[in-house]
Amino acid sequence: MKLDAKIPEGPIEKKWDNHLFASKLVNPANKRKFEVIVVGTGLAGSSAAASLAELGYKVKAFCFQDSPRRAHSIAAQGGINAAKNYPNDGDSVFRLFYDTVKGGDYRAREANVYRLAQVSGSIIDQCVAQGVPFAREYSGYLDNRSFGGAQVSRTFYARGQTGQQLLLGAYSALSRQIGLGNVQMFPRHEMMDLVVEGGRARGIVTRNLVTGELAAHAADAVVLATGGYGNVFYLSTNAKGCNVSAAWRAHRRGALLANPCYTQIHPTCIPVTGDHQSKLTLMSESLRNDGRIWVPKTKGDKRSADAIPEGERDYYLERRYPAFGNLVPRDVASRAAKAVCDEGQGVGPGGLGVYLDFSDAIQRLGKEVVEERYGNLFHMYHKITAENPYQVPMRIFPAVHYTMGGLWVDYNLMSNVDGLFVLGEANFSDHGANRLGASALMQGLADGYFVLPYTMGDYLSRVGKSHVDVSHAEFKGASEESGRRIDKLLSIQGKRSPDSFHKQLGKVLWEGCGMGRTEKSLESCLEELPRIREELWQNLKVTGASGSLNQCLEKAVRVADFLEFGQLMVQDALHRTESCGGHFRIESQTDDGEARRDDENFSYVAAWEWKGEKAQPELHKEPLTFEYVKPSTRSYK
Amino acid sequence: MNFKLKVWRQPDGKSRGQFLAIDAKDISPDMSFLEMLDVVNERLIEAGDEPIAFDNDCREGICGMCGCLVNGFAHGHERGTTLCQLHMRSFTDGETIVIEPWRAKAFPVLKDLVVDRSAFDKIIQSGGFIAVTTGGVPDANAMLVSKDAADLAMDAAACIGCGACVAACPNASAMLFTSAKVSQFALLPQGQPERVDRVRNMVSTMEKAGFGACSNHLECAAACPKEVSADFIAKLNRELMKAYLVK
Repeated sequence: MKLDAKIPEGPIEKKWDNHLFASKLVNPANKRKFEVIVVGTGLAGSSAAASLAELGYKVKAFCFQDSPRRAHSIAAQGGINAAKNYPNDGDSVFRLFYDTVKGGDYRAREANVYRLAQVSGSIIDQCVAQGVPFAREYSGYLDNRSFGGAQVSRTFYARGQTGQQLLLGAYSALSRQIGLGNVQMFPRHEMMDLVVEGGRARGIVTRNLVTGELAAHAADAVVLATGGYGNVFYLSTNAKGCNVSAAWRAHRRGALLANPCYTQIHPTCIPVTGDHQSKLTLMSESLRNDGRIWVPKTKGDKRSADAIPEGERDYYLERRYPAFGNLVPRDVASRAAKAVCDEGQGVGPGGLGVYLDFSDAIQRLGKEVVEERYGNLFHMYHKITAENPYQVPMRIFPAVHYTMGGLWVDYNLMSNVDGLFVLGEANFSDHGANRLGASALMQGLADGYFVLPYTMGDYLSRVGKSHVDVSHAEFKGASEESGRRIDKLLSIQGKRSPDSFHKQLGKVLWEGCGMGRTEKSLESCLEELPRIREELWQNLKVTGASGSLNQCLEKAVRVADFLEFGQLMVQDALHRTESCGGHFRIESQTDDGEARRDDENFSYVAAWEWKGEKAQPELHKEPLTFEYVKPSTRSYK
Repeated sequence: MNFKLKVWRQPDGKSRGQFLAIDAKDISPDMSFLEMLDVVNERLIEAGDEPIAFDNDCREGICGMCGCLVNGFAHGHERGTTLCQLHMRSFTDGETIVIEPWRAKAFPVLKDLVVDRSAFDKIIQSGGFIAVTTGGVPDANAMLVSKDAADLAMDAAACIGCGACVAACPNASAMLFTSAKVSQFALLPQGQPERVDRVRNMVSTMEKAGFGACSNHLECAAACPKEVSADFIAKLNRELMKAYLVK
């Protein structure tokens, strides 16, 4: 299989324009004859469904939550980047492009990233027009802030709830189209399978989560905007329902999965309190703007933070990275925290935490200013931990937060399966091996509002209508297969709950394929995962029936897919013997403990092809070339 | 900690439900309320029973998916807190905890603690938007919005659509929810052209969906996990009166 990214010709700043002009258009009167399925209603899915419906396509949208407004984009706190250069501080499309490619540790496709930066400004325009209440200056103009170590202020925000406000904006556009009858919305529906016939995506099989009914839906194209796979670790900052099933099922039907080992660990999360922990809560990394991170110099120091004198504290980020200090990128900050905890200097239960201390900031700025900047975060921290961060330092620890890998797509956001488009976190395309802060919201909305509506038209005008309806044997076969899978999960009647398997999977992956990975740790994952999978199919216990609302069954379906996916993620991590971005191979580091890339051997996208349950997946490589941003070693010293 | 739970169990929308007693033993005070239910559910599954069905997703108080009545309070007794952010340390060891779904005609029970809140989506579909299509909009800074208006619009926009306001209201009214969206757009210049139709359509949809009328108990604002102010209800009423006068 040859991977063709279909990157348009021409200089980078002209590629998208050239491509738009070269794209074929669908006659307005013909648009209503085409049907498009959109799975997932986060930023990417909602914006895509609404925009396609506005153009005249008939859209069916699906989400597993009870309303499209709940998707996990809603939890993003910090903001959204755009190269508007409103503050006149030297930002530009090229700089945002440059920062994103560099931040991604030179593992992203230049052309895609440039387009992302190009359309970023339109996103802000669109959201403002929708009534998104972005933060404003007293003059009435939009306010910007610097975020996640960026040297320019290009982040737009709505208090600490930017994701919520952007999603509600997209949801309102989607709701309008639902009200007009242009989008048929299916909440509480889970995608069980993708239907591919003659090499083209023809539709999906869904399960109604209230009645248990399996149904087939045919369309001329299928769009997956189903989010990331961070919950493969069980504990992550993702919502409980986030899952890999839609992407994994598409993978099993032929779609390539790219770079699954690129997972982002966020440095500022609230530490785990015990085995009952069901998810991790992230606190915006804007906290690092004013908080100082430290641990006691002495291993196992059990004194309370205030009893440890200044001279006995190790402000390890300021010590190791004098230029960036506490503002080093996420991956660097996370690994450094793990390193000091591994050394036994960690604080809190189990020694899995470091201090994020605001006492200096409170002294310098006054409590009021700190409260104005971070009040909601301090409140949230206080609520969860019962500790008051105005009085004692916060304890933080890294947690899985975002996944850069995903289904492989070309420049048009279409996977290698014709007619299957993948948007947002579910695809692999824009963030390389590490995503910058405030860039996830940008990508989701760029894909949905300003990329897919064009590329979809080009695709449909070239291939025409799909004449395969739900009575086709492929649909029947896929529906029956989904039914059999559910029946099998219900019939095992063993002893262990779906969650117990999920927790076990998460522990194995966090240990072996988490922040630091070695050949040995990955090999041991590869030994353990098949054992867990085997036990699942022999010892799983799912209560209740298939024909009703059954959350135990929903979890079982998802965890079974996570177990298969986890195997591929580990294999990808094992094959990539370099360190890059969120993928840190302990064998590949510089003398002072920094990640060492191997551009000579690994400057490519690793796209894996499913070859069957018993067979090894096949690796396909899409070489990455860098014409505009020359690879260099990231240094934050 | 140990608790005695009295939980509403109802197999589906058609069957009758009832309170069942379930013990919640060895609960850590650091658990969230939903984590306590997780633990109880794991034990139910172990015993071959169906777990208690409850909606939840983000577990950080923003998606609006979780929520039920705890001892008669929507999202429990703590102010400004969603159920997923309520921790067991705020209960007394040995306490009996009564857990039941939102009770409102417009929110039919689907199973146990899970209710159908699609009536909220219908209200939004009838006018909770600015009718702008993708593309063709002016530069974001072309339209100025005073900081005060933007901040107040953001206060209204903070609503997470969980339904606690409806559950807390003796009339099961959706006024706080509807008023938050109406106010957000009425406060912003972008919302002006559709201001009159928006409020009339949304209120009319709200009434048709089976929500009750507002009689100023203000239980909604007290229960709201995002502390959305009841002032927005006053704003809604004002908007509606004006709309009737205009059209």
